[in-house]
Amino acid sequence: MPFEAVIGLEIHAQLQTASKIFCGCSTVFGAPPNTHVCPVCLGFPGALPVLNGAAVDFAVRAGLALGCRINDRSIFARKNYFYPDLPKGYQISQYELPLASQGALEYTVGDGIRRVGITRVHLEEDAGKSLHEGFSDSDRKTYVDFNRSGVPLIEIVTEPDLRSAPEAAAFFARLRAILVWLGVNDGNMEEGSLRCDANVSVRPAGSGAFGTKAEVKNLNSFRFLQKALEYEIDRQIELLREGGRVRQETRLFDAASGGTVSMRSKEEAHDYRYFPEPDLPPVVLDADRVDALRRAMPELPDARRRRFIEQHALPEYDAGHLTESRALADYFEQAVAAGGSPKMVSNWMMGELARALNDNGREISDAPVTAARLASLLQLIDRGTISGAMAKGVFEKMCASGRDAAEIVEAEGLSQIDDEAQILERITSVLSEHADAVAQFRAGKAAALGFLVGQVMKATAGKANPRRVNELLKRELGGGSPGT
Amino acid sequence: MPVGFSRSEVQAIAALANLELDESELDLFARQLGEVLDYATQVQNIDTTGVPPTASLGVRHEADRADLVQPSLDRDLALSNAPDASLEAGLFKVPRVIG
Repeated sequence: MPFEAVIGLEIHAQLQTASKIFCGCSTVFGAPPNTHVCPVCLGFPGALPVLNGAAVDFAVRAGLALGCRINDRSIFARKNYFYPDLPKGYQISQYELPLASQGALEYTVGDGIRRVGITRVHLEEDAGKSLHEGFSDSDRKTYVDFNRSGVPLIEIVTEPDLRSAPEAAAFFARLRAILVWLGVNDGNMEEGSLRCDANVSVRPAGSGAFGTKAEVKNLNSFRFLQKALEYEIDRQIELLREGGRVRQETRLFDAASGGTVSMRSKEEAHDYRYFPEPDLPPVVLDADRVDALRRAMPELPDARRRRFIEQHALPEYDAGHLTESRALADYFEQAVAAGGSPKMVSNWMMGELARALNDNGREISDAPVTAARLASLLQLIDRGTISGAMAKGVFEKMCASGRDAAEIVEAEGLSQIDDEAQILERITSVLSEHADAVAQFRAGKAAALGFLVGQVMKATAGKANPRRVNELLKRELGGGSPGT
Repeated sequence: MPVGFSRSEVQAIAALANLELDESELDLFARQLGEVLDYATQVQNIDTTGVPPTASLGVRHEADRADLVQPSLDRDLALSNAPDASLEAGLFKVPRVIG
């Protein structure tokens, strides 16, 4: 009996605010432990939270991008549990009335549109960080750093709409790209600013009912997410095939073994006793504020990709690649606006420019050649001033020197020779030096033409316009193709 | 009509709150929590049709903070009331919580 997987994701994304969600401590990653803490984020008695308005704006933007309804009134709730990284004994989150709900992310996969429902997007605070290893008394003690405590997060919960491990990983990548594109999240999974948990169950293919699900935690990379899901799906199918049943439990992905291990069963799981947070008023979002945020939304990747195909006549592949990040798409459009022809700009961005960035470990935002300068280089090719092959050399010099293309071409005398008289002069001498090749060509050997073109190019140190050389050679050799 | 509260329910709640209760306390709290629940039941019997739920008395949100970083606490001061903190590492310290 074939089985299918049913997967829903819970994604925690750190919002790009400068200060924490309920206090003025910095959110900067990597500070010495416990240097970004205060009575509020340490949970000292009597300290009161005050909501960071920017965190709300970021959350609304994410909600809008995910097609959610933005609720004009949402409330914070206390989620109660004991753990040393949670100093108040509760996490301030949202429960019954989240900030945004009932959305969907639609994106293109091949020829089709994929739709993944978004159940909710809510605001919450992050916990601190427990350090279980690395100290002389680590066998008895856990150390705690509260710099992360109170850092603003959104939790994004999807509907169980995903059906395989690769599909879930692809969706997560898509979601990450959108959050980064919006400037809501920095996408840094290594530093934990984007984290993913998955709810997984399996059922006989075609069945409408859901199987018992397990929650898999600690999936802090696309690869881990995919591996963990693959393992977990196989484990559950195996269990059912052997006549067993899946336990509802939380499992932890172990990167070392590539498997998942049981953390705690849901029967003994926490009862969080959510209740409305009395220290914070409801989040009231008036229509004006939401409208202003909606108007300020950037064009999203999928829409921009479609526009690149329609407006700039780019192939699907190019448009997809160039909309992988907002900076890449911006660079492309700046180069086109500066007069580069779209397909040429695209080719150069995916070719020479990508290579140059890669070699120097640089991001597009820090490109050694600006979009306008790339466009002026490409215009030199268009006008026939330099050949495509020469342009590559010029581009390398632009990267190394920061000079613009015209300046390099001028200074190094690289202008292509396009002048008929100059080229003819070289052709005449090549034809007289290589009478044998001329004879072969006339006898019908087409390859001889290539040899003669090569000789003329060599005589001009590669500067002649190859197309003109070809034309003129054929004319000098008596026109027509060999054999006619 | 009293709703009642069983000893096992009290035990479950005590476990969630990390409290250890002895036998006499279980009886005491079962009775007292039962009385609280009775009161809640009375309140629940009131017809609130058309009354929006009240999570908080504050309704508008002009009190939001601007996103500005403020100075944090001096670390030694932050750690000063914590038993067993490591001033050297700048970390709080608690009994080991996993395996």
